[in-house]
Amino acid sequence: MTLSTFCRASGTHVALAAVAMLAAIVIFPKVAPLYTLINVTLYMSMGVFALSLALLWGYGGILCFGQSAFFGLGAYAYAIAAINFGDTTLASAFAIGIPALFAAGLGYFLFYGRLSDVYLGVITLTVTLILFKLINSTGGDAWRIGEARLGGFNGIPNTPLLTMPFTGIPLSPANLFTLACIALFATYALCKRLITTRFGRAVIAVRENEVRAELLGYNARRLKLAIFVISAGIAGLAGLLFANSVFVSPTMFSLSMAAQVLIWVVVGGLGTLFGPVAACFALQIAAAALGKLGLIDPNIVLGLVLVVFVVFVPGGIQPALAALLARILTPPRGSPGHMREEAAR
Amino acid sequence: MDYLLVVLLQIAGAVGNLALVSVGLAVIFGMMRVINLAHGEFIMLGGFAAIFSVQAGINIWLAMLVIAPLSVAVLGVLVERLVMRRLYGRMVDTMLASWGLSLLLIGLATTFFGNRVVGVAAPVGSFRIGEYSLGAYDFVLAGIALVVFAAGYAILRFTRVGLVARATMQNREMASSLGIEPSRVYAVTFAIGSALSGLAGGLLAPISGVLPTMGVAYVAKAFITVITGGASVITGTALSSTLLGSINTVSTFITTPVLGDVALLLAATIFLRLLPTGITGRIFKGAP
Repeated sequence: MTLSTFCRASGTHVALAAVAMLAAIVIFPKVAPLYTLINVTLYMSMGVFALSLALLWGYGGILCFGQSAFFGLGAYAYAIAAINFGDTTLASAFAIGIPALFAAGLGYFLFYGRLSDVYLGVITLTVTLILFKLINSTGGDAWRIGEARLGGFNGIPNTPLLTMPFTGIPLSPANLFTLACIALFATYALCKRLITTRFGRAVIAVRENEVRAELLGYNARRLKLAIFVISAGIAGLAGLLFANSVFVSPTMFSLSMAAQVLIWVVVGGLGTLFGPVAACFALQIAAAALGKLGLIDPNIVLGLVLVVFVVFVPGGIQPALAALLARILTPPRGSPGHMREEAAR
Repeated sequence: MDYLLVVLLQIAGAVGNLALVSVGLAVIFGMMRVINLAHGEFIMLGGFAAIFSVQAGINIWLAMLVIAPLSVAVLGVLVERLVMRRLYGRMVDTMLASWGLSLLLIGLATTFFGNRVVGVAAPVGSFRIGEYSLGAYDFVLAGIALVVFAAGYAILRFTRVGLVARATMQNREMASSLGIEPSRVYAVTFAIGSALSGLAGGLLAPISGVLPTMGVAYVAKAFITVITGGASVITGTALSSTLLGSINTVSTFITTPVLGDVALLLAATIFLRLLPTGITGRIFKGAP
């Protein structure tokens, strides 16, 4: 695929996503009951979370086992700032800024230390576990930041809801749903755009062959650090949305959260953006349905899905479907359609 | 004086504990460069195997030292045949697949054994030093860890099997061209690694109790101990568990158990930054 067709295709995808988002914003709150609306808002926040890892791992080639650290940090930063300032607009900036800042520090340590894949995985996992343990042990009055009590494993149940800037009116569930839709779409469009820029292509070059990219004059460490920081910011945004649809709790840092997002990217297809979001929605809905039935432990399903995909569908759903679609749509060899295509080439 | 002795003995206990928990993972990682994230669940299943055997009226030592390792080894062979074999050489994929396996095993254990802690009484009591009372079982664990490591060292260093294993570790192409079948070595390694995880689980059952989700706590610690240890399976793991176990115990004494764990993880992270190839990547190079 040449670059120009890629850009055109990417433009079409973004336009399609915009239409889908608008349709969802207009129609969904009218037809869905409140409970479903809140749940779908939650799924949207998870979709943003999926995008953060899809970008980092799929395009930056950096497998982060602790993406949930940024997710949780974003939510905690938001809740603590909102409780202290009483204003959620500034707190939202904290939700994106603090994880990005944390990632900048951690990433400096990782990439400028030239740690390889496995160690990168270990350290990100470790950092997540440290945060998880620390946050869990912050029960009691001694642990507070300003006005905000950290609350140990109870989390912060009184997480303030986002308010309209300037007026201070809390957002209704329908408003939040709209916001989550916009955030998901904006993140998708941003990622799509990012990978076609000069910076994005350099990041992909580093993923493909770090040594070669460095020999061509790119600063691989800086590029990796940059994509790491961007991805952490996106994860923080996801945390912010999550905090507004549920509340802030230490489970956001947990290993199962980190595992879930990896599973979405693996199932959706590494190196794609739409796939992980779709996989995230599908698997969440499936997990919720299974949980409601209570017949089978959701872990069994998640685990089986991950094993089966890694072993049998290593490319993920999106590439597999695209290949299937291409085979169906491509006219058979020798047919008039095929000849016309050949001539066009 | 007594206090110092107690702290030192506690450190010995913690080191033995960490070494036992890590050695199964170390064998698999050192030999095959496969990171088995289901390691914690292997430990958990070893624990369940031991406890169910005791409940069925089997002698506790037999249950911990024989039944737990054997039953997890059988599981390991199955996993190697069905999943791992297809993924050799794809390190990230093996990591992911074993994570999937870990979730699957947690789910299955929760479904069949229930989401509650089951325990068994420790087979030995406690002893006193001055005014302090210590559980004797910790030292049984440390002793068993010592035996396992000494045996592992001796086997790798002095026997033909050990020679084959070290050769495959160093250069698998060369080893296979000399007539050693790597796939067989891998299958055996995975079985031994699983058995050691099962042993750890069986031995830990009287201390911590067994819960389907208990593995998560162990896998990270073990993972970090192994990576900090570096390329040499036995020497590296022994050294790093000594180092990290001491740090953990001392900081637990000074602060709280949670901060002790945090200190362990933090120390390992800093250590990896200083010695990216682990302890035995720099010193004691080439020891088995």
